[in-house]
Amino acid sequence: MKILVCVKQVPSRDAILRLNETSQWIQERDIAYEVNEPDAYAVEEALRIKEKLGGEVVILSMGPERAQITIKDALAKGATRAIHICDPKLEHLDPLTQCRVMAEAIRREGFDLLFTGLQSDDNGFGQTGVILGELLGVPSATIAMAVEIQPDGKTVKVKRELESGWFQWYELPLPASITIQSGLNQPRYATLKGIMEAKKKPIQKLSAANLGFDEAALTPKQHVEKVYFPVKNKKTEIIEGSAKEAAAKLAAKLKEARALV
Amino acid sequence: MKGILVFIEQREGKLNRVSYEAIVAGQRLAQTLSQEVSAVVVGFNISDIATEVATKQLSTVYSVEHELLSNYTPDGFALAMKQAVEQLEPLMVIFPHTYLVRDFAPKLAASLGKSMVGDCISYKYEDGRLRFVRQIFQGKINADVSITDTPPYFVSFQSGAYRGDDVITDGAAPIVRLEVTISPEQIRIKPLELFREAKQSVDLTQSKAIVAVGRGIKSAENIVIAEKLAAVLGADLAASRPICDNGWLPMDRQIGSSGQTVAPKLYVALGISGAIQHVVGMKNSSVIVAINKDANAPIFDIADFGIVGDLFEVVPALTEELQKLKEG
Ligand SMILES: Cc1cc2nc3c(=O)[nH]c(=O)nc-3n(C[C@H](O)[C@H](O)[C@H](O)COP(=O)(O)OP(=O)(O)OC[C@H]3O[C@@H](n4cnc5c(N)ncnc54)[C@H](O)[C@@H]3O)c2cc1C
Ligand SMILES: Nc1ncnc2c1ncn2[C@@H]1O[C@H](COP(=O)(O)O)[C@@H](O)[C@H]1O
Repeated sequence: MKILVCVKQVPSRDAILRLNETSQWIQERDIAYEVNEPDAYAVEEALRIKEKLGGEVVILSMGPERAQITIKDALAKGATRAIHICDPKLEHLDPLTQCRVMAEAIRREGFDLLFTGLQSDDNGFGQTGVILGELLGVPSATIAMAVEIQPDGKTVKVKRELESGWFQWYELPLPASITIQSGLNQPRYATLKGIMEAKKKPIQKLSAANLGFDEAALTPKQHVEKVYFPVKNKKTEIIEGSAKEAAAKLAAKLKEARALV
Repeated sequence: MKGILVFIEQREGKLNRVSYEAIVAGQRLAQTLSQEVSAVVVGFNISDIATEVATKQLSTVYSVEHELLSNYTPDGFALAMKQAVEQLEPLMVIFPHTYLVRDFAPKLAASLGKSMVGDCISYKYEDGRLRFVRQIFQGKINADVSITDTPPYFVSFQSGAYRGDDVITDGAAPIVRLEVTISPEQIRIKPLELFREAKQSVDLTQSKAIVAVGRGIKSAENIVIAEKLAAVLGADLAASRPICDNGWLPMDRQIGSSGQTVAPKLYVALGISGAIQHVVGMKNSSVIVAINKDANAPIFDIADFGIVGDLFEVVPALTEELQKLKEG
């Protein structure tokens, strides 16, 4: 089984975000980054399938140089090798154009299973896995909470999370594209041995030109004109003071508001 | 290319009410852009739904019926909608941003060479230019996005972006059937049983007070800090999704779109950022308190009282103060 996992590096959840000079994106300097949360679960799921059925797990990441850290972490956990699409021309693409670039790299590689996270923390398109399925001509299923390769090795059963507590099983022929929801397994940590081994694992670097994308092919279909902090609609009463002072004031306010039961 | 087409979601012959929110978005956009707005229902045996939708102010309700659409599949729905869009040539297609739409709409748009603008919360129209507002970075930042491509445009709106009650009714739209061709081998994905997990052991919907922990709590061992606060408040303990994903609390303590929906008198959110999927599960609580070290955390947008600070300092202090109050 050859499993390709798309892994994205995103600002860490705790990062205090600031806008950049042109207010078209955040300031990317001086903040910490981490793996996009569901992608970590996707890597774990792929590794478990590989451990059971054999084959390889190939990591695909598109992003700047710093994404190497996230790629190496996946390799340290046990992924076989990686593809890093790294080119300033490929930053801030719209969902379709981004997927066209990724699909080209994936097509050259080939796969039985393609995993993506269900949504990225930064762009939050929630579209990548589905579009990749379409562009690569394979069926897709989203928001997977379980992935079971069937004994025939030709089909996969996917437990999809639906709204309000419902789930549904779907069966798809391989190859297929599946978007992974957080929580379907417990991701492992990289071991020291894994970290050492990862140093020797190949990371293939690709640029827009390598993949045959010139400026015309990258003409944006959407444009982020401006980003800004949302204006708060509700008047939240922010309680100031030291932790102790604020706590005392809050306790009194809750009593006053008859919120204590 | 003209007109605005609203996708109406139904499953097993039941209309999903968020479709009305999408109609409202469609009606507003139609007015802004001086366009007509119509709706499309996709499925099998859906005449009741088409009839109900036709009571809203719409120029036409299109029904796309096919036996192969009786069970939802992304393949079937994308194929059917592709043919509908090709026949109707709308300027814009609007969807409610549901799990079903997430599952097939990006595929539909891509099959037509289009890039969808997903999960919008509103739109702006200034100087003849249309921009859609989306949340990025988990709701911490908004982005104004314009479409720089030719129509049709594909846009989905987040649930709650518009109020379904605002839908303009008094309609008597004609129902027009659109023919589509789909063959069984085009449906590659096979839907199997639909089910709910075993009944939950805690019912938080009845709670009078809830203390909910988020990732700001950092580790399973620290949850005891929240437990102490809950004890003095007489509150139940709940959590955001990552806490349950990590196995720090059981799944049935999860609040949000994939967990429980609650409305206690008091909801205290500790180290929870306030992502939309969490907020939908608790926003109707009477009094919401948020303790978070990030002043820009979206949770402060819905909180009544907030403390910007480190929960590891604030929560023990608050527990102590409440204890004092209780002892009078
Ligand atoms: C389809 C789908 C369904 C989902 N369903 C749900 C659902 O049902 N329920 C749900 O909750 N989520 C759900 N999610 C996930 C949701 O999008 C968010 O990722 C999640 O709610 C974030 O949880 P959090 O706020 O605990 O973590 P984070 O977003 O990481 O926020 C942690 C917060 O803690 C604060 N913090 C950190 N340290 C401290 C400290 N020392 N003191 C005070 N504050 C601190 C930080 O400032 C931050 O705001 C779903 C997502 C998707 C895509
Ligand atoms: N630049 C990228 N590099 C690698 N994977 C990506 C990239 N962008 C998106 N993905 C994958 O697609 C998923 C969904 O992202 P999105 O469609 O942006 O919400 C992520 O969880 C990743 O698995």
